[in-house]
Amino acid sequence: MTTTLTPPPVALAPAADATPPARRRPRRTFTPFALLTPAVIMLAVFIGWPLVQTVVMSFQEYGRPQIFGAPAPFVGLDNYIAVLSDGEFWLVLARSLGLCAVCVVATMVLGILIALMLERLGRVMRFAVSVALLLAWAMPALTATIVWGWIFDTQYGLVNYALTALTGTDWSGHSWLIDPLSFFAVAAIVITWGAIPFVAFTVYAGLTQVPGEVMEAAALDGAGAWKRFRLITVPYLRSILFVLLILQIIWDLRVFAQIYALQTVGGVRAETNTIGVYIYSVSMASGDLGAGGAISVILVVIMLLISGFYIRSMLRQEETA
Amino acid sequence: MSAAVVRRRLGRVGLNLAAVVVIVCAVFPVYWMVNTSFQPGSAVSSPTPSFWPTVFTVDNYVTAWTTGGLLPALGISLAVTLTTVVAALVFAFLASLAVSRYRFRSRTSFIVAVLIIQMIPAEALIISTFRILDGWQLLNSILGLGFVYIALVLPFTIWTLRGFVAGVPADLEEAAMIDGCSRTGAFWRITFPLLAPGLVATGVFAFIQAWNEFIYALVVMTRPESQTLPIWLRSFVQATKATDWAVVMAASTVMAIPVIVFFLLVRGRMTGGLVSGAVKG
Repeated sequence: MTTTLTPPPVALAPAADATPPARRRPRRTFTPFALLTPAVIMLAVFIGWPLVQTVVMSFQEYGRPQIFGAPAPFVGLDNYIAVLSDGEFWLVLARSLGLCAVCVVATMVLGILIALMLERLGRVMRFAVSVALLLAWAMPALTATIVWGWIFDTQYGLVNYALTALTGTDWSGHSWLIDPLSFFAVAAIVITWGAIPFVAFTVYAGLTQVPGEVMEAAALDGAGAWKRFRLITVPYLRSILFVLLILQIIWDLRVFAQIYALQTVGGVRAETNTIGVYIYSVSMASGDLGAGGAISVILVVIMLLISGFYIRSMLRQEETA
Repeated sequence: MSAAVVRRRLGRVGLNLAAVVVIVCAVFPVYWMVNTSFQPGSAVSSPTPSFWPTVFTVDNYVTAWTTGGLLPALGISLAVTLTTVVAALVFAFLASLAVSRYRFRSRTSFIVAVLIIQMIPAEALIISTFRILDGWQLLNSILGLGFVYIALVLPFTIWTLRGFVAGVPADLEEAAMIDGCSRTGAFWRITFPLLAPGLVATGVFAFIQAWNEFIYALVVMTRPESQTLPIWLRSFVQATKATDWAVVMAASTVMAIPVIVFFLLVRGRMTGGLVSGAVKG
């Protein structure tokens, strides 16, 4: 593959030595496009085309018969009307938003606190905390979920054992994943546990950019720790915190592996679906691809609305860089 | 001792205690996974958990390996992931060169498109992707999943590599060209070696993304014999969880090890830099 892709620059290079600017110009306009071609083709075929298909399908009646080859008639907004008037959809959306809100707040608060802690720690402790956070960060979401599922296991789980030992009442046999509320509590722990390291490291990196003199001056002027944090640190970190917040919202709203794997370990699927898992179950399990398409399009729109801010701030960084 | 000194000492103690709590919370699940994986099944399914493997055994790994079908899944995962890493690096490298070394019309649109694509949730595309691959007879094939993964990791790899390429000043190339190198020669002799660390880091991240990917693999690799490691692990949990957590933990450890090793490799440098930078003040 490499050999077929590299030729353009190689083939055109010798001309550069012989002839100055005049003959360079056309090459300048052509080369970047040649370099972009493979990436653009891959993205167009395997992201763009499915996206177009999804949008088209969301306006079609696409169920089991169509999967087996029957023509798919266009039904206008029927799928959207069906989805939006289905109580289940709103329940799933509310659940996803609720879980997302809890996880994002917990991740941001704890991540920032750990970053502030890292800044104040001695060298050895800071290294130890960094390595520990790296380990948590590196755990694949799926394995992390399975491990937490084992820790919360009904029969031999560590949590039930510890609760029995600590409270004196018998917790053995308590099933954490059957009840939707405690299912999502466990899910929130898994998601937050995995997400904190990224926030902590990024905020910490930002904190090291805050000039020490400004802090010292503020301390001399009698500003307490909280005041210094609010008036100096936060403004310095504002753009980092903002991007982190948006990223966390995006990631937590579309969480899939953790919920799906927790449902495998225990848990009632219908009562614990979040929007990603819901799309999967509507389209792949129930075979209603039209409705699945409509929900997918709605999810994409939500994502793009949220990420609009992110993209704008990234572009601003790009300009200043 | 004045009150201020006492307070500062107490603060230090509190701070270090908090640090210990963070360390324990972060590491414990990882430790518990490894710990469980080295214990005999009988010890794992006992009312009192053992906090370290009092009876050390590798039987769980052997069981997962021989009877659990871990090996074929490992092979598929490795094949898909390596295909993805190599192709994505080549494509992203070319694209990042275009974006950071040339000014051309639609350059900004390309960057924006890459950013937006990153925001499209995979869940929204799984159905269509399934249908497209089905139409091309690419379901259950390493190539089919590989194609999807290349497209999936490309935005991120382009984005990161772009940063690395932009970090190597074009002046260096121009200087070499003045000294008689061709543009291509200057690039391969000067810029490319300086980019090697960036390529390695980006490759590692592409590896981790593809290795951990779950949704597409779940939909595209439907046959049991073509499951990737995450999909195999999940169905293995479904089949055995209550009976054999020890083997499940062994399989989980196998899946986590490459990621953890790679992560420590790449990010270790980052935190190392952070730490030394902070120490220097």
